[in-house]
Amino acid sequence: MTGFLNGLLRLRRGPWEMLASILIALGVVMLMQPFALALYTWSFLVTLTGTVMFVVVSHFPE
Amino acid sequence: MTHSLIERAAEGTPPGIAQKLRGLSDRSIAWIFVAPTIFLLLAVNIFPLIWTVYLSFTDYRVNRPNRDIEWVGLANYERILGDAGIWSTMQATAHFLLWTLVLQVLIGFTLAYLINKKFRGNDMWTTIIVLPMMLSPAVVGNFWTFLYQPQIGLFNYAVGFVTGKDPASFSMIGDVSLAPWAIIIADTWMWTPFVMLICLAGLRSIPDSIYEAAECDRASKWRQFWTITLPLVLPFLMLAILFRGIENFKMFDLVVQLTGGGPGNVTTLSSIDLKREAFEKWRTGYSSAYGVILFVTVFGLASIYVKALNKVKER
Repeated sequence: MTGFLNGLLRLRRGPWEMLASILIALGVVMLMQPFALALYTWSFLVTLTGTVMFVVVSHFPE
Repeated sequence: MTHSLIERAAEGTPPGIAQKLRGLSDRSIAWIFVAPTIFLLLAVNIFPLIWTVYLSFTDYRVNRPNRDIEWVGLANYERILGDAGIWSTMQATAHFLLWTLVLQVLIGFTLAYLINKKFRGNDMWTTIIVLPMMLSPAVVGNFWTFLYQPQIGLFNYAVGFVTGKDPASFSMIGDVSLAPWAIIIADTWMWTPFVMLICLAGLRSIPDSIYEAAECDRASKWRQFWTITLPLVLPFLMLAILFRGIENFKMFDLVVQLTGGGPGNVTTLSSIDLKREAFEKWRTGYSSAYGVILFVTVFGLASIYVKALNKVKER
């Protein structure tokens, strides 16, 4: 966990890509889940944030 | 012949142009060769994408081209993301996507594993299994509607034969609870051979020497499967899932032909709904926003999936 946080602070690709991936996966689950309309409403914003973050952080150093 | 052709082309080039070309660096010449492809990509992929994003912020209707286009900001996105109807199409898409992938991977891999064993008629069976994939989705959709007919359908008779139920007592494409499974079965029948072929390529790429070494170490068949076969086939399997996942996310033709999105809206997948909004209701701006949402979802998923695939390949 400390390594992950350190990686985030030092702008390393691995942890940031992990964070972006989690956001994308969360957004897709929110988009397609059958439980709460509110989650569906916010799903696109979460997926978009994750996707843009993924594109940006894939240029960070290893 | 080729040499003389090149020579003739060189002789035919006007001196001024030849002089200029001779002065070009390798990098410039590379750009000249690549430029048509880049131009085509920009014209066919990038420009429409940017234009769709622009239209998603407007109330543009393609059937009223002379009307002024009004900038509506995020209104289209707000309406889509607050619409319970579209939410249910997303759930139908998720159900279809999940089950088709699970079934196609399980059956496809099993078939590939069996076909990979050396037996008589191996090639003939491969050809027979691959046949459904070669048919048009519209044709497949059409004949599965006949197979699912409660009165004359072979599928109903087969189910009746196995379960003892009256074949006319249920309708696969008319029943709200069965229709989602009807499209899953038809798609699985059609596209499992594709997964099988990719898995077969993976299985055939594993050298026999690895299994021989495992035999020497007295590894059981079960252990060989989990420690050799599966890890080495995994990148191929993941590729198959990626291709089928993207393809099924935008599944249209087969389902339209089979159920038309019904009964009610239970088999209305997001691509079918999108087509209705764009080309039946002619709400171009609204459907552009819908398209952008689907695009971002697929793009995001594909990004993390490709990253995972690369990690598996590196192992």
